[in-house]
Amino acid sequence: MITTRWKQATRHVLMIIFSLIMIYPVIWWIGASFKSNVELSSPNLFPKEWQWSNFTDGWKSIPGHSFTDFYINTFGLEIAVLITTLASCSLVAFGFGRLDFPFKKIWFSLLMLTMMLPGQVLIIPQYAMFHQFGWINTYWPFIVPHALAAGSGGTFFVFLLIQFVRGLPKELDEAAKIDGCSWWGIYWRIVLPLTKPALVTVMIFCFLWNWDDFLGHLLYINSVDKYTVGLALRMINDSQSGLQWGQLLAMSLVSIIPATLVFTFLQKYFVEGIATTGIKG
Amino acid sequence: MNRTANAASNDAPLAPPTKGQKRRGSWLKRWDAPIAGYLFILPWIVGFFGLTLYPMLLSLYYSFTNYTLMEDIKWVGFKNYDRIFMHDDKFIQSIKVTFLFVLGSVPLKLIAALLVAIVLNRAVRGISFYRTSIYFPSLIGGSIAVSLLWRNIFGVDGFFNKMLASIGIDAPGWITNPHTALWSLIMLSVWQFGSSMVIFLAGLKQIPSDLYEASSVDGANKVTQFWKVTLPMLSPTIYFNLIMGVINAFQMFTSAYVITNGGPMNSTYVYALYLYERAFGRYQLGYASALAWIMLVMIVIVAALIAWSSKYWVFYESDTGRGKRK
Repeated sequence: MITTRWKQATRHVLMIIFSLIMIYPVIWWIGASFKSNVELSSPNLFPKEWQWSNFTDGWKSIPGHSFTDFYINTFGLEIAVLITTLASCSLVAFGFGRLDFPFKKIWFSLLMLTMMLPGQVLIIPQYAMFHQFGWINTYWPFIVPHALAAGSGGTFFVFLLIQFVRGLPKELDEAAKIDGCSWWGIYWRIVLPLTKPALVTVMIFCFLWNWDDFLGHLLYINSVDKYTVGLALRMINDSQSGLQWGQLLAMSLVSIIPATLVFTFLQKYFVEGIATTGIKG
Repeated sequence: MNRTANAASNDAPLAPPTKGQKRRGSWLKRWDAPIAGYLFILPWIVGFFGLTLYPMLLSLYYSFTNYTLMEDIKWVGFKNYDRIFMHDDKFIQSIKVTFLFVLGSVPLKLIAALLVAIVLNRAVRGISFYRTSIYFPSLIGGSIAVSLLWRNIFGVDGFFNKMLASIGIDAPGWITNPHTALWSLIMLSVWQFGSSMVIFLAGLKQIPSDLYEASSVDGANKVTQFWKVTLPMLSPTIYFNLIMGVINAFQMFTSAYVITNGGPMNSTYVYALYLYERAFGRYQLGYASALAWIMLVMIVIVAALIAWSSKYWVFYESDTGRGKRK
């Protein structure tokens, strides 16, 4: 009795220490974002003098622009991408999960194959295509692929939704069919509302991956007024002369707040999403 | 064709009994589902041909040309490949660095994920707190923000060295020393083992507890159980994590670009960075396409090797009932 309790206790102590080590860099980050440049190289976790100016000055550290613009850009892009992803992926998943059509198996295997395809083979030809369309320095290279279920993670989302749609009882659409409901009606009125939990999971990951899609933004967006938050951070980082580390760390810290909020409030969907499909967070 | 007929006959009992609809519905019923099916998956089909298959063929074609965005395309045959394999030191260097990164980060990440998942699977109380704090780095780790944090922490004057100095160790600048720079990137990757761990946790939950009970009746201790029960039962999950981890690690870009930009002395010059530089630094899109195809073939070979090896170590319960290795 006593030994098992001791075992439990040591296990918990070990786990607590380990958890703290894992988030220690983040705690240090929070402290560091309030430090002056001088204090940054001290090993203290928190500063003696809290420099709120890191946040206010950092917000306006790119001349002619403030981070407000960059956040508006990023959120605008995110909203467009989320809507197109939800629409296209749910339509495709309904088709695969609910309808029978010739060569369905072949299409499905192709879908699974593209899921494993390393994205970097596509970067150059897609860039060349979008260049020809005159889409460089617009958001179309992000929106159009998502509208065709081919954006970052598109096939993953389709797969996740197919799995979910297959799990819904088929009697529902049969009943609806007898009542004269069209396929579109079954999709729109029956399957879509029931798919909500899986759609939330898709939204979360779509949001996060686009937020972190640094390479994509780097390639296609090149004027500062269209910059996303990630590009703005890189711009501060690149201004080598007198780099204000405190400001940079402060702005970086702010940029992970959306992801943290999403995670905090929608954790349930997160864990389910990762566990059922094995997608990366 | 068969499939269509089946679909139609399956639908038959559901067909509404009214006469008028029956006449109209006869061909519609047969083609209703196929047509609707293709309409529903149309976005994906367009995307597949327009944004996946066509670009892939296009890049294969580019790889045999001297394509830059500006000049006319000229067919050059195998010249790009010849130059890459015969006369390109940076190619060799980037392959070396990439393999080192994959070999360093993927196993460490999987081992950490597996061990912590096993401990966490037993600690019932507080599991959500631990899971959250361990998963959190994976949540934010891919962002440029964390790469910037890493650049600061592992700098010469960085926090990590100050910590070491306070316990009397005089360390070099991790990201400015060619011997350690890659390790700071590997550590950033290993730090994000949380998402693999969540997958392992889900896998552990699937292992029936009677296996443990039966084996402990047979006198197996915890260590034996780990090797004889947990590992074999978890091997499909390990396999999945391994394949996905390797594919991702081969394409690592953001942290190498932001933290070290390939330096010092090209010691962190990963393949994706080289590809990026050729394609968008010098706009040698033809040459870079050849690099991309080489990378694809490399990833396919490595994944195929892992898949081939899986028959020796991945254990599927459904194949054999419960018992022998496949």
